[in-house]
Amino acid sequence: MHELAKTILSVKDLTVNLDGRGIISGLSFELHEGEMLAIIGPNGAGKTVLLRTLLHMLPYQGEIRWMEGARIGYVPQRVAADRQLPLSANDLLNAKARFLKLSEADIGRATSLTNLTPELLNANMGVLSGGQFQKVLIAVALLGQPNVILFDEPTASLDELTEERVYELLHRLKEESGITVVLVSHDLSVVYRYATMVLCIGKGKPCFGPPKEVLTPEALEALYSAPPKYYQHLADHHGL
Amino acid sequence: MSWLTHTSAGYSIALALLFAVAAGLVGSFGLMKRMLLAGDVVSHLALPGFGLAFLLKINPLIGAATTLFLGTLLIWQLQKKTGLATENVIGVVFAAALGIGAAITPSDDLIEALFGKNHATSLFGFLLGALAVVFIIASIWKLRDRLVLTLFSPEVATATGVNVNRVNLYFLLLFSLTILVGLRFMGALLAGSLIILPAAIGRRLANNKMSHFLIASSVASAISVGIGLLLNAVVPKFGPGPSIVMIAALLFGISLSKGVRRVGV
Repeated sequence: MHELAKTILSVKDLTVNLDGRGIISGLSFELHEGEMLAIIGPNGAGKTVLLRTLLHMLPYQGEIRWMEGARIGYVPQRVAADRQLPLSANDLLNAKARFLKLSEADIGRATSLTNLTPELLNANMGVLSGGQFQKVLIAVALLGQPNVILFDEPTASLDELTEERVYELLHRLKEESGITVVLVSHDLSVVYRYATMVLCIGKGKPCFGPPKEVLTPEALEALYSAPPKYYQHLADHHGL
Repeated sequence: MSWLTHTSAGYSIALALLFAVAAGLVGSFGLMKRMLLAGDVVSHLALPGFGLAFLLKINPLIGAATTLFLGTLLIWQLQKKTGLATENVIGVVFAAALGIGAAITPSDDLIEALFGKNHATSLFGFLLGALAVVFIIASIWKLRDRLVLTLFSPEVATATGVNVNRVNLYFLLLFSLTILVGLRFMGALLAGSLIILPAAIGRRLANNKMSHFLIASSVASAISVGIGLLLNAVVPKFGPGPSIVMIAALLFGISLSKGVRRVGV
């Protein structure tokens, strides 16, 4: 895939320091169109910082280069706004559509991909369940037909069934639209199932490569400072 | 001489009502950006300007505008450079402004600077104020989509192509300009309250739609100002600022009687 697909993101020697503390040091990797990159690492390793840096929201040294014409969608881990505000999904979708000069049909496409009903779209976001709210976030990210989506722990507060549906949707988007996905996840089973590449950041040197090459028991133990509990089971299941 | 019998009272009332609409709109976005208290605090940035203007014997509004906007730019820079939350930064600048303002404002003028006064408004003053209000409303309308995306999630806004820093600066400046228009009759201590209270009322009354919220806040603000000025005409010793705030607080109390509406999905 790498030889045929275009490089959509190139990161070289990336270093991020916040408040005098080194968060990311000397990170380099390349992402190709259609890949699903999972970023893993322990809490506080800098996964969200990396996503925000990729959006040029934080100061950094090194190089971050997006392919010309890259359209980015972002699904945040949490939102800044109070969810009890008199704000509906429609308000949010319309704001993005007007800003990007998109049509009603574009909004319709994003909402039908995520199965958002008119009732859900018009409801106050404060009354939506975790899964419904997640769908709204994904619909907002999909509006404008992005060719790359950044997901920051998209299922952190969801039950197992809803989590499964979100990942199925992600997988479907990747397969049907060839969309490139960058996914921050704590769930190694998801990483094994869906990711084509893995980037691990945390203590020591970052690792990058296909899951079965990178996620060895030794690497996971070094990353999380604990032996991986599920590795053997997953390895058997996937015939690794 | 009472407020309503003054020859230019009409200009003052019309300007106050226009200010109310702008304050309702700005307050709605301030509430959504969780910076409502900033309204109360930013208005204090005008105090050192008032003090200097009284000392130099120039128009107090010129002094207030100067320190208000310099203070706003200082807040924006500190927020950007230090990464502190807007409220933290505003708190620091506010304390300094209040201290300096109280120290240099002649004590006879301090009450007027803090609580506003029944001022006559000239045609020029009215036109200038009305122009500022039209500018505020038009700017908020133009910025509304970027504001919604930014307040919802700065990351989503940035990924969409919104310059979040610039939007924050524009909003802070519009916030300060709104307060500047209200300073004349509300005073430095109370100008921010007309940004806080109507937005809180609007939030109580609106349900799902942002447009309902914006309209409810602006209407609540205009009603507060209208009835507040009437109250001040009947009891002039209250002063326009305190009268308006009392009515707004009463309306908020009434809005509490509306139950929280939950929409089934």
